[in-house]
Amino acid sequence: MREYAVVIIGGGPAGLAAAVSAAEQGEKEILILERDSELGGILNQCIHNGFGLHTFQEELTGPEYAARYIEKVRQMGIPCLTDTMVLDISPEKIVTAVSPREGLFQIQAQAVILAMGCRERPRGALNLPGYRPAGIFTAGTAQRLVNVEGRMPGREVVILGSGDIGLIMARRMTLEGAKVKVVAELMPYSGGLKRNIVQCLEDYGIPLKLSHTVVNIHGKERLTGVTLAQVDGSGRPIPGTEEEYCCDTLLLSVGLIPENELSRGAGVELNPLTSGPVVDESFQTSTEGIFACGNVLHVHDLVDFVSEEAAGAGRHAVEYIRGKRGQDICGKHGQGTALAIVPGAGVRYTVPSILHPERMEETVKLRFRVRDVYRNCYVTVRAGEKQLLRRKKQILTPGEMEQAVIQAEALAAVLPQETITVSVEEV
Amino acid sequence: MYDVIIIGAGVSGCAVARELSRYRADICVLEREEDVCCGTSKANSGIVHAGFDAEPGSMKAKMNLEGSRRMKALAEELDFPFQQNGSLVVCTDGEQRDGLERLLERGQKNGVEGLEILEREELLRMEPNLSEQAAAALYAPTGGIVCPFGLTIALAENACENGVEFRFRTQVDTIEKTENGFRLTTPQGTFQARTIVNAAGVYADVFHNMVSRKKIHITPRKGEYQLLDKTAGRHVHSTIFTLPGRMGKGVLVTPTVHGNLLTGPTATDLEDREATDTTRTGLDTVTEKSAVTVKNIPYRQVITSFAGLRAHEDGDDFILGQPSDAPGFFDCAGIESPGLSSAPAIGSYLAGQIAEYLELERNPSFQPTRKGILDPAALEFSKRQELIQREPAYGRIICRCEGVSEGEILDALRRPLGAKSLDGVKRRIRAGMGRCQAGFCAPKVMELLVREGVCDWDTLTKAGGDSWLICGKNKDAIGKR
Amino acid sequence: MEKRILTCIGCPMGCELTVELKGSEVVSVSGYTCRRGKVYGEKEVTHPTRIVTTTVRVDGGAAPVVPVKTRGDIPKDKIFACIRALKNVTVQAPVRAGDTVLRDAAGTGVDVIALKDVGC
Repeated sequence: MREYAVVIIGGGPAGLAAAVSAAEQGEKEILILERDSELGGILNQCIHNGFGLHTFQEELTGPEYAARYIEKVRQMGIPCLTDTMVLDISPEKIVTAVSPREGLFQIQAQAVILAMGCRERPRGALNLPGYRPAGIFTAGTAQRLVNVEGRMPGREVVILGSGDIGLIMARRMTLEGAKVKVVAELMPYSGGLKRNIVQCLEDYGIPLKLSHTVVNIHGKERLTGVTLAQVDGSGRPIPGTEEEYCCDTLLLSVGLIPENELSRGAGVELNPLTSGPVVDESFQTSTEGIFACGNVLHVHDLVDFVSEEAAGAGRHAVEYIRGKRGQDICGKHGQGTALAIVPGAGVRYTVPSILHPERMEETVKLRFRVRDVYRNCYVTVRAGEKQLLRRKKQILTPGEMEQAVIQAEALAAVLPQETITVSVEEV
Repeated sequence: MYDVIIIGAGVSGCAVARELSRYRADICVLEREEDVCCGTSKANSGIVHAGFDAEPGSMKAKMNLEGSRRMKALAEELDFPFQQNGSLVVCTDGEQRDGLERLLERGQKNGVEGLEILEREELLRMEPNLSEQAAAALYAPTGGIVCPFGLTIALAENACENGVEFRFRTQVDTIEKTENGFRLTTPQGTFQARTIVNAAGVYADVFHNMVSRKKIHITPRKGEYQLLDKTAGRHVHSTIFTLPGRMGKGVLVTPTVHGNLLTGPTATDLEDREATDTTRTGLDTVTEKSAVTVKNIPYRQVITSFAGLRAHEDGDDFILGQPSDAPGFFDCAGIESPGLSSAPAIGSYLAGQIAEYLELERNPSFQPTRKGILDPAALEFSKRQELIQREPAYGRIICRCEGVSEGEILDALRRPLGAKSLDGVKRRIRAGMGRCQAGFCAPKVMELLVREGVCDWDTLTKAGGDSWLICGKNKDAIGKR
Repeated sequence: MEKRILTCIGCPMGCELTVELKGSEVVSVSGYTCRRGKVYGEKEVTHPTRIVTTTVRVDGGAAPVVPVKTRGDIPKDKIFACIRALKNVTVQAPVRAGDTVLRDAAGTGVDVIALKDVGC
């Protein structure tokens, strides 16, 4: 069986950044396994700009952002196998994969980094009633057809969901010749960036209907229309508010789900709040030596944060191996106290959800999402009665991932039985 | 002039076709859709019923029992997935207890083997997720699950290999009696046959009534279902029924033969024979009623929902054979549950009658076996490795949710009666059937359909007809408005 | 005096900006919380610009299209002119990321470049 120090599952933004970071630590035996025929993952079909402001201080398109990392991977000589689907990862870190070139093969890894990304929620998961005609696509499928295959999936389009992919696709479909009639959003606010609402919808006169959803699908063979209705505070359609829209295409941008089927097989504990693995400050999962980063861990809105997180995972994976090899430079791996972090008022989840104060670096970045839109509020981090952090925020929205940086020394006084709570406090 | 024309390529029509291909005859199946298994046969529970439910002495009872007894051997012969997982009819309180006893008695009369009534404690050992109110159950070890597409396609392919002709997109409009048989008109031309098999599902009464004065009447009875991810597939192991009622067997909870969890169906009588849409009320009913027998069904893991129409005949039984005033016209009508379970028996029963009527001779070159699409995942490591070395397409995974390789999809396209659309591929090899519901693989399967010359980009469809997927290239419409 | 209402795109706050104009001169911007809002408001009403990203057909390539972008901002009202100009462009494979696929798109003085390599 072939052996590698670090095997990275996925050659998208997370996998690439993890690989580069692991190589920067001096690790030589790294292997990236990518299921598509090229590296870059979903960035290859995200041809809009707006990537990289944090990482490169410039605005790049998806393919350009990916190319920066692919270039580094090439320069560092990190081996990659494309067209390679990982079928199984065992808790002992034996990776089974298949590709047309290599056939079926197994690799023994010392550390595995999960970077498989996420998938879109399909129509079925929404349980939208009606017929099941052609013409209902997830926004990402349509994005691939248009941006990679150059083929139009429809002429007259309604979009359900105003997350960034839905908004971006409204503009892309328009610029390729389709008529986008409306974007409907179940929530009273859009999950997308303001910039995308202005530049993808308002620029093209596409209406955004907040607190609206699709309640019926028309057409038996190809979609002929949808019925939209307004929803009440709990998301239930209000009778009498139905409106018919003629369209041949419905694009769904209604949420992303981390793809953790392989993680489950590796015995990795999943967090029901994120649908991703439970990780500690080093991005290590409940299975020793298996790390996770990027959208397989939790769904991100900015690729820059994926890269940053993945770089952390790559670095920690190498540290883990060195600890194993008796070259533990940082002296951070070993037994110690594990503190649980739990989401408090207004917070949906945090990543990580476990901290090891003895093992961590000087600071740790807690990433979290809030449940609702909050204005003029405070983000606080507490351990029992002790306040570790309190920061004023003008606005928090569910669509934007937030972060709070905790100092290791602030954790020194936290008792093992105390849990750390991140919450939003309204003024 | 054909010896036999079979109207409808559902499971019954295909079963008759396959059994008739044991004889020397010119046989043609006319199907209005682009593929086999597009009507009732594609949207049902996929259950092979043990046979305790049907009225003793009825055709349903007879066909069900025989069909279910033959299913295992047929599955081996034709290489389709079938599993005998057993079934439980759960009663929830003392009052229903009598119903359970009556069902046991009826089952024994029908000749079902191994039936017994189990008490709550024993039940929970078998099925820990039964609801709190589950009191006792009738256990039928011979109950099973089958892939309805797998069964129908296997029958059709085998019939095709044995010389049966299939014409798709050919909807029969009228049937007239002629001197030597029947004349059928379709938009694709006129067809003549000495005998007709009327396996037209919810339309079978229409065709029957064209040739016979003894009218029958079919009501399309809608059943809505929810299908859950494979992560929920082990929530129950056997098929869990409630006590049957006036409208059928009620809402069941079952693993599918591919490892998903399926709940449904509802039962709503309709006029519209095409109303395969799901409804909010229907889906909510499935959720609510499934909870009567099984607790904590993880409905957050629903991956799709669908509806099918059962062909319910007023007489509440299968109508098989010739009406007295229309010799040569063989009904296969009113085939609702347990129609799938009965298909093997119905096929033989009608083929036998037709062979006798036409005095057909045996077909000496009849090939009874058919090989399904090769599943590389079922091979040993080294065998799979060898396969990929020989055919690298088996190493390229196209559908990540179901683990379907390019090699398998190519097989689905190239074999007899191969897939012509995305749904055709999905029903044959499950690409697009999984948790992402074709989000990732659809563009790749489209490319394969085009590359293989099955269609071009502009004639690509989801399921034939007007279910187009692509309308030209980027910017074709720019400057045209 | 003309009044224009805009949503600031600087951050998730989405401040509602009111810009007062006399002819093409900005007289005042109000409603912003930070300086970015003021700058955005002034620019957006006087000379709004956008980067355009889209696809161009490729002949003889491993992919049927290549993604492209305007190398810099172009006036917002030139977006569709730029798209129409790109409709008629077909590039020959191989294409290299950064290759110019259209010079001076729709008279904006801005070139359109490929975002990705496309091999033969």
